[in-house]
Amino acid sequence: MPARASLWSTLTDPLVHQNPVTLQILGICSALAVTTSVATALTMSAALTAVLVMSAGLISLIRHHIPGSIRLIVQIVIVASLVIVIDQILQAYLFEISQKLSVFVSLITTNCLVLGRTESFSRHNPPGRSMVDALGNGLGYSLVLVVIGSVRELFGAGSLLGLQVFQTVDQGGWFTPLSLMLLAPSAFFLLGGLVWILRTLLPDQTETLELLSPDKPEDLS
Amino acid sequence: MSDLVSIFLSAAFVENMPLTLFLGLCTFIALSRKTGSAVGLGIAVVAVMGVTVPLNQLIYSALLAPWAWAWAGLPETDLSYLKLIAFIGVIAATVQLLEMVLDRFFPAIYSSFGVFLPLLTVQCAILAGSLFMVERSFTLVESAVFGLGSGTGFATSVVMLGAIRARLAYSHVPEALRGLGITFLLAGMMSLGFSAFAQMVAS
Repeated sequence: MPARASLWSTLTDPLVHQNPVTLQILGICSALAVTTSVATALTMSAALTAVLVMSAGLISLIRHHIPGSIRLIVQIVIVASLVIVIDQILQAYLFEISQKLSVFVSLITTNCLVLGRTESFSRHNPPGRSMVDALGNGLGYSLVLVVIGSVRELFGAGSLLGLQVFQTVDQGGWFTPLSLMLLAPSAFFLLGGLVWILRTLLPDQTETLELLSPDKPEDLS
Repeated sequence: MSDLVSIFLSAAFVENMPLTLFLGLCTFIALSRKTGSAVGLGIAVVAVMGVTVPLNQLIYSALLAPWAWAWAGLPETDLSYLKLIAFIGVIAATVQLLEMVLDRFFPAIYSSFGVFLPLLTVQCAILAGSLFMVERSFTLVESAVFGLGSGTGFATSVVMLGAIRARLAYSHVPEALRGLGITFLLAGMMSLGFSAFAQMVAS
């Protein structure tokens, strides 16, 4: 069943091998900003995956009717409308988390991941396949977010999803929270480290030197 | 006056878009390979943010904010949920307009950073500038200063990162860390440096 196998690989490839965040450099902006705790990371992942899947489906449905010259505007308007819906839902049912996410839910509109996938995949593929691809990319994004979110919450506050895992010092325990983990720089370091680990395990993801810097002399490699 | 200065400084350094708020990282990482393209991107961001943030402030306060239609006898009309679409439309139009004006009157400038302009439509930092403007309810002058400040902050940090990465070409980076990985670590260290600014506009 080749069709089924390719559909399956469309779903699973973006999880690790073609991960949107660590390999394709898409959607990094939000990936770092919302990962101070697992709860916000999960909410953001769910919101982004929902927008991604729906916009991929919609854009793929009308892909033959969008004139090439204005396709970006059409895509942005579709994505922005979906984001408004999600934002209103979050404000209605998860008010506290939506306050914490502040503008980042709205910023899904300009998340490179959404436009990147609709631009490169949904425009050329039927709705079913596009939605599977979008789901795969959404899950790959979520995976990175949850991993970084867990590390930051665990070491920054000693908790996971709000449950205390390590007893912190001011509660009479042994664990001194590393407050650096909750600040901006650690997010960069963690993502850099994650990329390092991934590319050590999967050497084929290592960037070629041409991609890195065209004017670099060859013999330095 | 000192208010405006502090808005500018805090937008440019304390709340630096890429390094402390993680906004606009995609272009920040992708276009900082060379100092030249980083400078072009920086100028384009300053120009677009300096124009769109005050423009969006006008549109928001005149048409979309709650009570904006009170003069027409429609005090309950609250169109603020439309701000996202309105802002992105304004940004896309401004970028397009800027591109055409530059192409027509300043071909030299256009060719030097023309390729970055279309990208700015989907730049998180620019949209975020307008959204923050609403969240903090800036006036027109304040939002112009805020837009310029944020743009300047972005430009400064992208040029700095570009310069560091250009030097990196002569160092021996571990294979798995090449490109994306080392750029993140560099950005992390720069962000550590920028967090020292946090105390600057504390008052």
